[in-house]
Amino acid sequence: MARRELHEINAAPMADIAFLLLIFFLVTTTMATDTGLMRKLPPMQDPDQEQSDDQQIHERNILVVKVNKDNMLLVEGEIIQIDELKDIAKEFILNPNDDEDLPEKIEKNIPYFGLVRVAKQAVISLQNDYGTTYGVYIAVQNELLAARDEVKDELSMQTWGMLYDNLSEAQMAAVDEYYNAPISEAEPKKIGGE
Amino acid sequence: MSKFKRHTGKAGVGKINTASLPDIVFMLLFFFMTVTVMREVELKIQVRLPDATQGKKLEKKSLASFIYIGEPLPQLQATFGSEPKIQLNDAFKEVEDIQDFIAQERETLDEADQAKMLVSLKIDKDTRMQIVTEVKQALRRANALKIMYANIPVEKISSLN
Repeated sequence: MARRELHEINAAPMADIAFLLLIFFLVTTTMATDTGLMRKLPPMQDPDQEQSDDQQIHERNILVVKVNKDNMLLVEGEIIQIDELKDIAKEFILNPNDDEDLPEKIEKNIPYFGLVRVAKQAVISLQNDYGTTYGVYIAVQNELLAARDEVKDELSMQTWGMLYDNLSEAQMAAVDEYYNAPISEAEPKKIGGE
Repeated sequence: MSKFKRHTGKAGVGKINTASLPDIVFMLLFFFMTVTVMREVELKIQVRLPDATQGKKLEKKSLASFIYIGEPLPQLQATFGSEPKIQLNDAFKEVEDIQDFIAQERETLDEADQAKMLVSLKIDKDTRMQIVTEVKQALRRANALKIMYANIPVEKISSLN
């Protein structure tokens, strides 16, 4: 008789228990993914070499963006507002009219595009003060990245009719080669200069 | 067998068999259990991330190490002061400790993944750049060059669409 009773266990509350656990995990699960600005730091160099590297880049090929301790922006010697930065950066990367002051272009063979003129040595240099607020620094980085991403998106749109993010890897590499202006975070001046 | 016969003998659709319900629920349960990532660090500092439109998703969380910088929480400010501090894992640390921290984190990854290691910087937006710059220099010295400035994503207004 006792063995027969065992078969009759009521399984209905099991669903309740499972539901309870389920709801607990539903509530604690955070599906939110982390986002952030992906950047690459330059490898550590010894001081002598860094000097010669800097000299190699001609002045017209550098867009100097400085942020001071009061969070003011100085671009190529002019004080600007942050919402102007993107357009300046875009013009710098594109240099549509082959301006004398903007990066010089060199003919280069790029897959998909053929022989095109590319501002190969263009660099955007971002310099900040120790007193700069991080939020402003990120806003500036964001504008510069936005400028570069927009330029790439426009080129992709023109060529393939889709945004840069949807391109194949080879196409992405070609676009990267077309507009490769790296955003360099300058060596901090005070480090190592005891 | 006789049990079944008795049931079918009765007319009507009154009783739905709920025996498979726990199975379904358990399946869902296991799904959420495996997906859930419990928060592994307890923040001792306040981090209000900056906004940005160009943020990219962190694809593989297991490859990322996190460095938090910000002011200590109000209840901790009596002991630790209100100057921005660095938090690695569960404790306040100094800039000098970052190199060890990175080496330690790198150890935990597979050899193949070590090159893909990424450091996510979660920094309060009102922090001054001095400490950030020092941390960046420490990361360069530790040869952890792939970094990510964590931010809150905001909708980007595209001029193309």
